[in-house]
Amino acid sequence: MWLAIFAGSLGCFMLKLVGLSLPRKVVEVPRVKHTADLLPVALLTALIATQTFTSGRHLQLDARAVGLVAAVVAVRLRAPFLVVVAVACLVTALLRLAT
Amino acid sequence: MAGADADDGSDVSWTPIRTGILRDALGVGIATGAYGLSFGAISTAAGLSVVQTCVLSLVMFTGGSQFAMVGVIGGGGAALTGAATGILLGVRNSFYAVRLARLLDVHGWRRPVAAQLVIDESTAMAVMRTTPRAGRLAFWATGASVYVCWNLATLIGALSAHAFSDPRVLGLDAAAPAAFLALMAPRLRSREPWVVALVAATVALVSVPFVPAGVPVLFAAAVAVIAGVRPVAGSRPVAGSRPDPGSRPDAGFRPDAGFRPDAGAPPAPASAGEGGA
Repeated sequence: MWLAIFAGSLGCFMLKLVGLSLPRKVVEVPRVKHTADLLPVALLTALIATQTFTSGRHLQLDARAVGLVAAVVAVRLRAPFLVVVAVACLVTALLRLAT
Repeated sequence: MAGADADDGSDVSWTPIRTGILRDALGVGIATGAYGLSFGAISTAAGLSVVQTCVLSLVMFTGGSQFAMVGVIGGGGAALTGAATGILLGVRNSFYAVRLARLLDVHGWRRPVAAQLVIDESTAMAVMRTTPRAGRLAFWATGASVYVCWNLATLIGALSAHAFSDPRVLGLDAAAPAAFLALMAPRLRSREPWVVALVAATVALVSVPFVPAGVPVLFAAAVAVIAGVRPVAGSRPVAGSRPDPGSRPDAGFRPDAGFRPDAGAPPAPASAGEGGA
């Protein structure tokens, strides 16, 4: 177990470090810049989608989806960050309680 | 805080910005704590000891990978298989780091410190800022705040596993998507990021049943790469087969998409990230 913990952690750390260590010449190429600007948007949206609509390797529509809708509404109403998160959790939990 | 560039903030307009960033960073840390609790609980339930759970949060420090690793172990898989899955999920941090490299421009001992703090939340907080100075502060403040909160929450969750063993009861599994949404919403002001976001989410979801955990999100990264390396202005996209309108590449994004004389070689940003594994 300890071997796995340290091997996994080292791998994850190296992945982070490699990205930060790209030479400036590379990260300032316009297409790399443009791609790098789009990457967080693509990755975060994909995370939102997969964490909300999947369970294991199945697509699944459940209370989390309603929680996410509530979060969208909260964002549109310019709610503070923590309120958005709390609303999503609360709505999801209440819906599970009710069903 | 490792505030690399949090200077004395003497100029008038900076102080409220700084205060806002620090407050947001604390908020993000607290929210992350919500799923840190579930991580601690799930990890001990999967068979890791409290110490192993806490060390994992301290040294791996990337939630998605940690959940994946203990998920595999909890499901009866080998620990090293779990580690490999965790690493696969950590590949996205490489992509984040590529984006952050030019913002942070860190060298020497600061680089490994910064690397450890490259996660979803610190990246999202940093890239939504309009000035590099604010972006750097947001990165360091959020990274530090999440590091502290995530590890404290892991410990609490691990010690009180019976209370949090099912994060679903408290709706905690909805916390991360909501947090990412709130962090990303300000980025979606122009058409291109919207299109990329929608295509990326669709590609990820459609691929979920067919590929191992962690891979769908890498497909989403590929969407960003395809959109990003397209001819920048003028000509229509030819590479992607996707509905990929956006003939105005950078409307409202960073105003730096211009041409540069040294834009010669077609870059390979994706392989640069994945080669690290």
